Amino acid sequence: MSAPQESFQPVTWVQQALRQALLMGVTVVTLYPVLWVLKVALSPDAGFGSGWSPIPTEVSFRHFMTVFSTRDGLGNALFPIQLLNSLLVSTVTTLVGLAVSTTAAYAFSRFRFPGREEGMKAFLVTQMFPGVVMAVPLYILLDELRLLNSMMGLALVYSTTSVPFSVWMLKGYFDTIPKDLEEAALVDGASQWFIFSRIVLPLAKPAIVVTALFSFMTAWNEFILAATFLSGERNMTLPVVLQSYVDDNSTAWGPFAAGALVVSLPVMALFFALQKHLVGGLTSGGVKG
Amino acid sequence: MSMPSGAALRRVASFAAALVLGWFCLLIASCVSRVEPDVVVWHSYRGAEASAIQHVVDSFHQLHPDILVEVVPIPYQAYSSKLASAIPRGNGPDVFLFAQERIGAWSASGLIQPVGQDVNDNLLAEIAPPMLEACTWEGELWGLPVAFKNVALFYNRTALSELGGSPPTNTGEMIGLARRFNDPAAGRFGLVYQISDFYFHAPWIFGFGGALVGDDGLPRLSGEELSASLDFVNSLQNDWSLLPRDSGYNVVKDRFATGNALFVIQGPWFLGELTGVDFGVVPLPVVSETGLPARPLLTVESAFLSGHTLPGRRADALAVMEYLAGYDASVLRAVEGRQNPANTRALQDPRVALDPELSPFAQAGLQGVAMPNHPAMQVIWEPANRILEQTLRGDRPRQEILDDAARDLAIALTPPPPPTSPMPWVLLMGALLLSFAVWSVIRARRVGLVARMVEQKWAYLYIAPAAIASGLLIFVPFFTGAAISFFAHENGEFTFVGLSNFVRILTSSDFGFWEPRSFWFTLAVTVLWTLLNVTLHVCIGLALALLLRDPWVRLRGAYRVLLIVPWAVPNYITALIWKSLFNFNFGAINHLLGVFGVPAVDWFSQFSTAFTANLVTNTWLGFPFMMVVSLGALQAIPRDLEDAAEVDGASKWQRFRHITFPLLKPALIPAIVLGSVWTFNMFNIIYLVSEGGPDSSTDILITEAYRWAFQRQEQYGYAAAYGVLIFGVLLLYTRLTTPKKSAEDA
Repeated sequence: MSAPQESFQPVTWVQQALRQALLMGVTVVTLYPVLWVLKVALSPDAGFGSGWSPIPTEVSFRHFMTVFSTRDGLGNALFPIQLLNSLLVSTVTTLVGLAVSTTAAYAFSRFRFPGREEGMKAFLVTQMFPGVVMAVPLYILLDELRLLNSMMGLALVYSTTSVPFSVWMLKGYFDTIPKDLEEAALVDGASQWFIFSRIVLPLAKPAIVVTALFSFMTAWNEFILAATFLSGERNMTLPVVLQSYVDDNSTAWGPFAAGALVVSLPVMALFFALQKHLVGGLTSGGVKG
Repeated sequence: MSMPSGAALRRVASFAAALVLGWFCLLIASCVSRVEPDVVVWHSYRGAEASAIQHVVDSFHQLHPDILVEVVPIPYQAYSSKLASAIPRGNGPDVFLFAQERIGAWSASGLIQPVGQDVNDNLLAEIAPPMLEACTWEGELWGLPVAFKNVALFYNRTALSELGGSPPTNTGEMIGLARRFNDPAAGRFGLVYQISDFYFHAPWIFGFGGALVGDDGLPRLSGEELSASLDFVNSLQNDWSLLPRDSGYNVVKDRFATGNALFVIQGPWFLGELTGVDFGVVPLPVVSETGLPARPLLTVESAFLSGHTLPGRRADALAVMEYLAGYDASVLRAVEGRQNPANTRALQDPRVALDPELSPFAQAGLQGVAMPNHPAMQVIWEPANRILEQTLRGDRPRQEILDDAARDLAIALTPPPPPTSPMPWVLLMGALLLSFAVWSVIRARRVGLVARMVEQKWAYLYIAPAAIASGLLIFVPFFTGAAISFFAHENGEFTFVGLSNFVRILTSSDFGFWEPRSFWFTLAVTVLWTLLNVTLHVCIGLALALLLRDPWVRLRGAYRVLLIVPWAVPNYITALIWKSLFNFNFGAINHLLGVFGVPAVDWFSQFSTAFTANLVTNTWLGFPFMMVVSLGALQAIPRDLEDAAEVDGASKWQRFRHITFPLLKPALIPAIVLGSVWTFNMFNIIYLVSEGGPDSSTDILITEAYRWAFQRQEQYGYAAAYGVLIFGVLLLYTRLTTPKKSAEDA
């Protein structure tokens, strides 16, 4: 019987080298435009788009300082507050969205009940609503609920809009988990909730990670609704801050690029932290018993 | 291994609780410290202008300590829609600063109120008359001008003196000097500006004696003068190659900042961008052929009084406005904010009049032409820009170009259809709902629905939160928003028109069936766009996931993190970077092609290449998502099956095709379906990279909808109808793919 995760066959260095070359090539092409963003962020003059080399001729951290040291009219530091706003909204969105979606996805996957097909379709259908049609009604709704200009209101809208996607992704994944375990547990007398939370959820970790990552990212990068519902610098989330570097005639490319990179870092950090769960999988006993 | 997950869940839960608690405290704190201001002022300035406004307000406080003013900067992109949604609901500002061009529309919809009667006459006497006129509409003064912006001619002083020349006073001189400096092969250009942007072209029209408005006050794009101005720019670009093609703002800035442009046409916002270039500014030259000055378009930034300002606050709000436009504040804004004030007394103050950077702009601006206030003027931009692009591409006869533009203007100015009575519709809806209710009850009875539902009550419990939230916050807003498609919008008024919008779109009454901007053409482009993108995303994503799956590959973790970077960086900026990579003269892609001996491609001049540029950008953006999903899905597949097959002698491809792929499908299919839907509605890439060009051929349905709403005279009802149709198409698509899915489920 082979070791659970890794079936090592002897690999020639040629194979390794070829694989590395391929991956490295793809990575370089993938990172190239982002290196340009980095160049713009580091160049004091925000040189943009001439020549092919993304290596800056002069390096200056001025633009990053501009992004970090924005102050409001009274001289208070804004960036930490705006960062916290974004973190708060995105985290709450992810947690609430996941909590609500995992149960729903489980139900769609495991139970057969009237309205199942229609429900799944309805969730899918919500993804097709062009956002531009909904901005004003949502504004009015939040206004009525007195949740305008608040992180909670924004998180509520974001979590709700992330639910359909999450339900779909999670259900698809739940479908791939064989039912034997659950059936065995049922026979042993376990409750529905126990099966769900202690057996199925841990097995679904990769899907939960993907869904969490996506929910977080969507909330983290969303601009239009945030700009419409929130007012005032102290309430802005980071994408709105980023857009404030763009105006009708020109864009402050240096701080904009620096800001964009800063905004990307937490997402990358999150992915880095979560990726081992992505790869964990079904290898830990139980399934193959 | 469920122990760590339980503990982890608890940790996560407590972290979340802490966050919510923290937020709650913040909320309390902000409530406590929040004092209600007397006047709220909105603006969309940034940088020096924004801090200048803040200082002006601070000095206002010293004079009027009893009036508390709150200044709120709003990002420009969201500014006008925020004004339109907040003010009518009473959440808006009392005073806001904006350009004057929307006065016509805003006065009709009540967003602003006239101020002419209440403003101090002495102050009015100090404001430059052209500015006051720009803010006048239908006999009333609607805004108080505070500043103005316009373009002027920048020149590289060092280069000019090397040529032995002096700043040109007419176009003949300018072109002569430019041609002497010009050396396209070496990247040096005599005159660089956004030649296909109508804002920069308008001065030439005025210089040739033309106008933008007909006698009826409606926008006009025709006439000898227009043609002459088009010939003029044609010779600049195509005869003498004085500018690079694809001259966007970044190219202009880059060429001038690196000393590779002699003349540049730009506005005062350009001043802050130039370090290390010895430059000077003069007003635009006189057109040699006519002797008329090339008068720039004038953006008059004004203070407006919100139409919903409560009467009790009105006096204070007016006081703030008057102060903003007054002498002291104007000088402060000029010196600190680097903006030319509309107040002539301030303009004459030596600190402003002798400012070498501001005064040339002021000179040019006082001769400028303010954008007319007629609500219809907004629609001139799209057809005008199109005229310029087509002229410069040179692939169509002039008369055709102008005829098309006239037609586009007429279409954008189409009055709303005659209102119809909603009664038949209400009755129909009522009848439908009633019969649906009856049919459901009968069917439910027959199927023993209630009993089955009770049996499965757990399922409903599990679904309840998701269903309720989605119902309230997604379905309801969508249907309310979609209902607008039955109305036509004009100047804040909605009139019921039944199915007219849909009929107009589906019968393609404005455009030929297979012409860009017709619904059917755009639909075809959108479908092609979606198919190609999703195929590429899945193939590349899956391939990479497979490559990264083999445990013997070193540095897998590093690759995984690096390869999701396109997903992590906000796509607004990466789309613009990609756009610059496709730039004809300076982009890296043409550079790379050149290395292989392939001639440079003018990416945005034809449909096929522009579409490809969009495709490449979106593929780059989209494959990480599919890669991550595939990685997750691959984990569900136990290796034993594949190992067994390998032992049995199956090849890699056979293993993939018969074992791996079928097992992947259930997890991949949701991602593919969702990905298709998102790609179908992918607005940013199309809007930013190819900008829908050339001639709207690469626009997809969602960008078309946007243009109807925001570029073609706020035809919100029409745009909503587009939205409903987009939804309908996607719904149809999922119906077609459903039978396949039910088979999978079984």
